Order: sequence, then C-alpha cells, then structure tokens
Amino acid sequence: MTLWQRLKDNATLYVGLLVVFYMLAPIAVIALFSFNDPTGKFNFEWVGFTTEYWANAFDNQEINDSLWLSIRLAFFTSLGATILGTLIALALVRYEFFGRKAANLLIVIPIATPEVVIGAALLSLFVYASASLGFTTLLIAHIMFSISFAVIVVRSRLIGFDRRLEEAAADLGASPLTTFFKVTLPLLLPGIAGALMLTFALSVDDFVISNFNAGSSVTFPLYIFGANQRGIPVQVNVIATMLFLVAVIAITFVILQQRRAEKLVEKRADDDNKASVAIPI
Amino acid sequence: MTTLRQRLVPYGLMGPGLLWLALFFVVPMFFMAWFSVSSGSLEAGWSLTWTFSNYTDAISNYTTQFGRSFLYAGAATIFCLLLGYPLAYAIAFKAGRWQNLMLFAVIAPFFTTYLIRTIAWKTILEDSSPVVSFLKTIQVLPSDGRVLATSAAVIAGLTYNFLPFMVLPLYASLERLDLRLLEASKDLYASATQTFFRVTLPLTAPGIIAGVLLTFIPAVGDYVNATFLGGVNQSMIGNVIQAQYLVINDYATAAALSFTLMIIILIAVMLYIRFAGTEALMGDEEEASA
Repeated sequence: MTLWQRLKDNATLYVGLLVVFYMLAPIAVIALFSFNDPTGKFNFEWVGFTTEYWANAFDNQEINDSLWLSIRLAFFTSLGATILGTLIALALVRYEFFGRKAANLLIVIPIATPEVVIGAALLSLFVYASASLGFTTLLIAHIMFSISFAVIVVRSRLIGFDRRLEEAAADLGASPLTTFFKVTLPLLLPGIAGALMLTFALSVDDFVISNFNAGSSVTFPLYIFGANQRGIPVQVNVIATMLFLVAVIAITFVILQQRRAEKLVEKRADDDNKASVAIPI
Repeated sequence: MTTLRQRLVPYGLMGPGLLWLALFFVVPMFFMAWFSVSSGSLEAGWSLTWTFSNYTDAISNYTTQFGRSFLYAGAATIFCLLLGYPLAYAIAFKAGRWQNLMLFAVIAPFFTTYLIRTIAWKTILEDSSPVVSFLKTIQVLPSDGRVLATSAAVIAGLTYNFLPFMVLPLYASLERLDLRLLEASKDLYASATQTFFRVTLPLTAPGIIAGVLLTFIPAVGDYVNATFLGGVNQSMIGNVIQAQYLVINDYATAAALSFTLMIIILIAVMLYIRFAGTEALMGDEEEASA
C-alpha cells in the first residue's frame, strides 16, 4: 500500500484527531497556566514556572467560599433533581397514561430553551413575588434545569431493564415495595449514579442561570466572572485542573465498573445459551 | 384489570417533578410575559399597562444584536457540523483502539468550568500569544491586527464550547447505522462519495438535526463568549438581556427581548418535534414499550 493510499484511507481519522487536539488544547492551557508565575495581576502571558500556587491552592478565602457554596448547591441539586427525575422516568417508561405527550414536552422544552431565557423568566417570577435572591432561589433554579437531564439518563437505563427479574421477585412472594427496594433500585443504581454525577456537574458549572438568580451569593463560576475584570488568581487554574483530574478519575472508575458488569452479563447470557432455553421476549 | 388507584400511580410518580417544572419553568414564563407588557421602574414598581410597544421598541433598538446572535450562532453551528461530522465518523468507524480516547476528548471539556474554558481561549488568542504571532508571521493577520475583540474570536469560542453537543448526537446516529447498507451501496457500484451523500448522510439526518438544535439554541442565547472574547461591537442579544435585567433593571425591555428570543426558538423546536418527535432529543429512538 502506498503512502498516499494510506493517507487517503485514514483521512477522516486524521481530521478527527486534529479536532480532538482542538478540544483538548484549552484544557492543556488551563493546566499549563496553573504553573505560571505572572508578574502583574493578569494570568494571560507565560512568565515562568512555579509550583507556588499548587502549594497554596486554598489560600484565597473568596475562592474557597465560592467553591464551597457551589459544592453545597450542587450536592442538594443533584439529590433533588435525581429523585424527582427518577420518579418521572419510572412513570414514563412503566405506565401508559393520558397526557404522556404533554409530560414529554414539559421535559424536553427546558432543554431546548436558551439559558438566558430560563434565568430571565425565573428572575421575573422572583422579582414579582419580591423573593430575596440567594441560596434558595439558586437551588430552585438549579433543580429546575437539572430535572430533564436526570429523566433522560435514568430513562435510558430503564428501557433496557429486564422486567422478568421483578416478576420473579413477585413470584417468590416479595411485596411490591420489597421488590422495588431489593430488585428495581439496585438494578437502576448505575442510571441513578449517572444522573447524580451529571446533575452535580451541570450545577457546579452553571453560570448564566445563576447570574440571574444569585443575588449577592457568589458561586465559583460567578466568582470567576467577577474576578475577570480585576485579574483572575492563578489558584483558579489550579482548582480547575484539580476538578478536571477528579472528574477524570471518577469517570474512569465508573467505566471500569460498567465494563465489569457488562462482562458478567455477557457471561450469564452465554450460560443461558448453553442451556438452550429460548425465552420469548 | 386496572383499578382507579393503579391508574393514578404514574401521576403520583411524575407529580412532584412535573409540578416543579410547571412552577419554576412554565409559571415564570407567564411572569416574564407580564413584565414584557408592563411599564414602571425599579423604584416606582411595575404595573400591567398592556404596553405592546415594549416589543416594537426592543426589537427595533436591538435589531443589530438579534441579527448578530443568529449570524454568530448560525456560523458556529455550521463550523460545529463541519468539524463534528468527521470526528464522529472517525470515532464510530475509523478510531479502532483510539475510540475510547477520542470519545473521552469529546466530553473532556465538560470536566472544566465553562467560564475557565472560555478564558483559556482568551489566553490562546491574546495579542502577544504564540498563536497570534504565528498568524502574523504567515501573513494571515496584519502586523497590527488582533484576534480578540473580533467576530471571528466569538464564533471560534462558540464553536469550541458547543462542539460536544454536535458530536454526541452525530456519533449516536452513526453508531446505529446498519453497515450492510453501505456494503450494498458499494456492491451496486456507488463510489465512496456517492455512498456518503446518498446513504450515510440521509440515514444520519436525525442526528444532524438534533446536533444542530442542541448547538444552535444555547449558542444563540450565549453571552459568555461575547463578553470574554468579543468587544463592544460583538455584543449579542444575551448581553443585552443580561444588562437590561441585571444592570439597568429595565425589566420590561429585557422581558420583551427574552420573550421574542424564546418564541423564535420555540417555533423552530416545534417544527423539529413535528418532524422528528421528542425521542431524538431525549437521547434514544425506541419508545418505551411498557
């Protein structure tokens, strides 16, 4: 095979790898500039290498406070949105009912609405009701925009759910509640864990909707936005790099767990085939 | 036999979540509509006056920003499609042992904060950055030219930030593609180009439409990229809405602008849902068969 032929055959792969480079370059820049030693207050130009800011990552009280607020907010958001979302997903997948289309629409439309509109509408409600803006309004807003995503993640898990397992539990005399807690919930756990992680990440990352509904509360993204004018401390890059590494480790762990589970299922399926029992689905 | 109680179960399950969405998504829209035809001020309070001129005033005052938003978001969506399709195609069919790494690269940006990613682009495109000097050396940019505070910078930022939303639905639809159809096309003597345009592309149309919507909608309302990467001449409708609400406190104008934006997008989404159903946006094709 000539070199030209090989280049031609793999052209899409090379273009794809270039795009991958484009996706990863800014992340590399963030990590690189966490080791920068800027002379002024702006961290835009490379000056020299230092590990000073990694050693003093949590020295800036303002950053710490905003980070802590974001983490608390994301914790309650992911919990609330995942519970509400799981219940909706159960209803959508397990039941036939009047109004399914309307329910689907109510879940999809928030995803298809620009964040600026969601933020502005919520602020209109809060202003009209003279609600004081702060943690509560942030939590209301974050749960609101996270529910749809929780529904989607749990729903996709429920669709591939083997309902015979629940029937088996019922046949063995388990009450509906016991079946739910001992069979349904454990099998749904990967979906629920996925929804928790996704909604947590969405909440920590949210800027636009928070910008409208935070009042004087300052989340991590809001801190960065405010600090942009007066110069963003290098610690922000350090913390961003840390968060990135934590997320990478978490996702690797989840993928490894999933692979193990899939292998187990494949093995069981093989055993089933060997027994040559055809089960009509 | 289903009893009434059993038939109420799904409503009980959905109730709390849908109520939350109704109270904090649907109801706020009404209040935004209320503000959009009201008059008043922060100090004097607001009252409903059915001032529909809020809309005509807002739209005529900010036509430029509206136009710019659709132009930038449209350009970013096209670039996302042009970059995202080869990437999704490569991940689905060509990546081999690189597949997981490439998929990881697509979602990796989600692991860093949106604002910091955008600021990283500001670092990359700074006047004295190596990238800008290189562009000047190869004469793409005049020696006194800059990249920041131009339309190009804002479109590049939007493209970068929303590319994953394009790649993921494209990848999902490419992965589901029945490869035997491509073989059949080849057997019938279609060239690679013909096969792509007449088989692959039409079959992945749902993925393309989902990707286009998921990219265009957040991009059109975005004001982060315009704030960080643009200058005064790059401000988008999101910047105007944000400033009107949070700085100037002119809720009537701001609400009229948001509502106009919402309605334009809603019409587009409704057309899409009529055409493709809610399933593609919800992430899978097969409807539940409960």
